[in-house]
Amino acid sequence: MAFDRRKFLKVSGLSVLGVWAKSAADALAGEKPGFGITEKLLHLFRKPVGFASADALTAKKWAMVIKVRNCPTDCHACIDACDYVHNIPDAEKMPSPRHEIKWIWQDEYKHAFPDQQHEYVEERLKKLPFLLLCNHCDNPPCVRVCPTKATFKREDGIVMMDQHRCIGCRFCMAACPYGSRSFNWVDPRPYIEKQYPEYPIRVRGVVEKCTFCAERLAIGKIPACVEACQNEAKKHGREPALVFGDLEDPESEVRKLLRSHYAIRRKPELGTGPQIYYIV
Amino acid sequence: MYDGGKIITGLIIGIGLIAFPIWLNAGKAVKKADPKLPAKEKQCVEPTQYMLTNHMEVLDLWRDSVVRLGDRYFISFDGKKYRVSLQNTCMSAECHPKKKEFCDECHDYMGIEPYCWDCHIEKGEKK
Repeated sequence: MAFDRRKFLKVSGLSVLGVWAKSAADALAGEKPGFGITEKLLHLFRKPVGFASADALTAKKWAMVIKVRNCPTDCHACIDACDYVHNIPDAEKMPSPRHEIKWIWQDEYKHAFPDQQHEYVEERLKKLPFLLLCNHCDNPPCVRVCPTKATFKREDGIVMMDQHRCIGCRFCMAACPYGSRSFNWVDPRPYIEKQYPEYPIRVRGVVEKCTFCAERLAIGKIPACVEACQNEAKKHGREPALVFGDLEDPESEVRKLLRSHYAIRRKPELGTGPQIYYIV
Repeated sequence: MYDGGKIITGLIIGIGLIAFPIWLNAGKAVKKADPKLPAKEKQCVEPTQYMLTNHMEVLDLWRDSVVRLGDRYFISFDGKKYRVSLQNTCMSAECHPKKKEFCDECHDYMGIEPYCWDCHIEKGEKK
């Protein structure tokens, strides 16, 4: 036989080597004008491109404590701040109340804690506003069901949303027991009161939710809702209701509060490990 | 040929219709893409030629870096530190503040519609 298996393997091996050598040579020769060997190598080794800034706020496990008694019913500072810095459309202007986009919102005790609800619940609790947001669960069911990994859990505990990858299947909304996710049924642009130029808007057909202001933590700022709450509290001479911090740090304010107060979480029996603690 | 006249007339009309874009634009030169470069800033985050051909790859790396890795800063090939952000860095006042004068110039010329601005905000964009 003129061309046996042995010869075939030799020839194919050589061709593969040839193809590899060609591309390697091209890469090193810098076939792109203005891009020499040094730049090319630098570029290759720099990927992935970024790094976190030294002034970024970091934690092992972010969490929030909400002191419900310090939260006045008529104060919406945190919600307004969040809506503004994240370009969230104004629900009242939208064609249907079912199109509302919620990152942080207020509800009553009986809706926030349906499992704790009974007929003779304390009068004070009935009237208190409960701030609800994404619970940034330890074991997030939304992440488990997302088919494109558009939603994922970061190492610091934040359940993050990658709008570029979301295909709008809404599995995550079905999985989330807290109703923390909203779907963009319509293009939100016309309903945004004032655009915040530093943050993108979303498009029709994606799901969105609170991200614990990951974009602000990266530049050394605390979440917008917490900042607004602190400012408002200072103005009126009261204690802020929202406290944000690292649960793994025993000296953090959240840990101190949890050590000294009885705190409840929403639907902990589901095993999602919610990281928003309510001190009632 | 049966009904030759009708067929040939039909063919001429048909070819004329199909060739509509050609004869409509015949003799007209399409305006050359001329993206407006920043006045003060002389160097982008990568060499100009590389940005010209590979800016989409840079933007893709940037978005993964920001959203998925949480790394929001970047050292350029010439050693400068940048915040990784399309809206706040690329389209800042010093660099490419107007999408129409920069991005759209080439994209329109090439007939490309990237979906960046479905979400990202162009500075000074009308509501």
